[in-house]
Amino acid sequence: MVLSNKKIAVLSGKGGTGKTLVSVNLAASAKDAVYIDCDVEEPNGHLFLKPKDIESEPISIKIPSVDKSLCDGCRKCVDFCKFNALAYIYNRLIVFEEVCHSCGGCALFCPKNALSEKEKTIGEVQKGVSENVSVITGILNTGEASGTPIIKKLMNEASTLKEPTFIDCPPGSACIVMDSIKDADYCVLVAEPTLFGVHNLNMVYELVKLFNKPHGVILNKCLESENPAEKFCIEKGIKILGKIPFDNQLGILNSNAKVAVRENEEYKDIFSTLLQKITKEVLV
Amino acid sequence: MKQLLILSGKGGTGKTTIASAFIKLSEAKAFADCDVDAPNLHLIMSQSQDYKRTDYFGLPKANINTDLCIQCDQCRQNCRFDAINVDNFYTVSDHACEGCGVCEVICPEGAISLKPAVAGDLMLYIDNAVFSTAKLRMGSGTSGMLVTEVKKQMKSYAVDTELAIIDGSPGIGCPVIASLSGVDMVLIVAEPSISGINDMERIINTAEKFKTKTAVCINKYDTNIENTEKIMAYCHRLNLPFIGKIPFDKKAVEAINNGLSIVDIDCIAGNETKKVFEATLNLLSED
Ligand code: SF4
Ligand code: SF4
Ligand code: SF4
Ligand code: SF4
Repeated sequence: MVLSNKKIAVLSGKGGTGKTLVSVNLAASAKDAVYIDCDVEEPNGHLFLKPKDIESEPISIKIPSVDKSLCDGCRKCVDFCKFNALAYIYNRLIVFEEVCHSCGGCALFCPKNALSEKEKTIGEVQKGVSENVSVITGILNTGEASGTPIIKKLMNEASTLKEPTFIDCPPGSACIVMDSIKDADYCVLVAEPTLFGVHNLNMVYELVKLFNKPHGVILNKCLESENPAEKFCIEKGIKILGKIPFDNQLGILNSNAKVAVRENEEYKDIFSTLLQKITKEVLV
Repeated sequence: MKQLLILSGKGGTGKTTIASAFIKLSEAKAFADCDVDAPNLHLIMSQSQDYKRTDYFGLPKANINTDLCIQCDQCRQNCRFDAINVDNFYTVSDHACEGCGVCEVICPEGAISLKPAVAGDLMLYIDNAVFSTAKLRMGSGTSGMLVTEVKKQMKSYAVDTELAIIDGSPGIGCPVIASLSGVDMVLIVAEPSISGINDMERIINTAEKFKTKTAVCINKYDTNIENTEKIMAYCHRLNLPFIGKIPFDKKAVEAINNGLSIVDIDCIAGNETKKVFEATLNLLSED
């Protein structure tokens, strides 16, 4: 059984639940795989996989640029811009680049053709290789408001791939997450055994239901004590793919940015079993 | 009223755990949860069950009147967000539409108008304290604007208090930028892992842009002493006040699962958090 060109999205309602741990180790457990880090604000997968031969490509958006000699100060563009990214002050048009959504409207509607668009780099996509895994990472520059253009680029890339692809999604359930799961064949939800964990799991669960995506849950950091997230899955009839125990050894490997399955037989078993389980789910 | 914002660069570091402990310790009369994508603070702040709920209107979304549409395709060609779908009719996908208004202006038939759309819920709890929180509806963008509303709502209700505590949102994007504006101090909760250090550096860069007073503490510091030392050295190099280390504590998980904050029970994590709290107050009162 092989996953070939299937896309597995790994989600969690919040950061810190082990989303990167799961997606990195699943990718490392597969024969050949692609790991895509869509958590563009905090891309951390590359810290674990330490890819080599990195090529990077800047990602830019279009923002307006004004030709002062043509602008007559009619303020049509200022009135049009829904995001208040333009102001006409002291006989000068000012663009607030951070809030511009690059809709292109101002340039389109300027009666004097005084506005044109220029490229502004907001981040980059890096590609490299780590043993059996091709690593593709999206990185948003600090201070930029939206990573959506980078995720769109990553997802276009993903649509051309032949290998099974593991998508490390941004945390939460906002629009940026939707962009990263839109084309996924299967969603893996990672949950922590706490009350917060349940609350966060519920959010991504609502999201995958909305998108009608087949899905299952991996319970992470499991302790001996009662697991509210497990209870939630049983009550809602959500498939539990497996459990990852909380243990110090894994914690240390993880906090030192080591790929657990490459260091330790026990984790190799845990993640191969999870991968087989997911493969079965995806291929039915 | 001074505003303290708690940030972590990433969820899961225990930011909300620490925020709730600080709220208890300071008996804060005003506090807010700015993590509008995944608010959690209400789960452990034992406020009363009633709150005032208001619709949050984000940007309006485009709507096509199919009776007027002549299928000229202008709107689809000019929408930068691929939000116009063509089936039998031209329609707008609510998830993708950013409400920019380009299609409305470009449509030759006046078939498109922007309609207000509810993008989230604002909640305000008022009993002996004011607690402002909100939840963005699924798939609504622009969480930054909602964060601004949450802070505004907190301040809309005048209370006599010296300290307001704001649980920030994870990440470095627009909601964080919105939560940073106007606060007096940022406390960064870092985690002693390689990725935690990476996240911390990014959030410090962001806070620097706002010239906000910033201090750092570490949660679960004993899970990796080496990285804890790295963080401390990093802070030292940047001249950032480092104000404490909180150990990993299974009792903390139990407290949260029982809807309590970690200073409500007797545990090491709670005791260390108290020290971090005092150091924070000292810094906050310095000018
Ligand atoms: S619409 Fe054109 S001419 Fe009018 S203020 Fe804007 S840039 Fe200037
Ligand atoms: S491109 Fe759109 S968002 Fe940007 S300034 Fe022009 S009208 Fe405003
Ligand atoms: S621009 Fe107006 S008339 Fe043309 S396809 Fe769009 S809605 Fe229809
Ligand atoms: S308002 Fe803007 S984003 Fe929405 S459909 Fe029209 S052009 Fe597209």
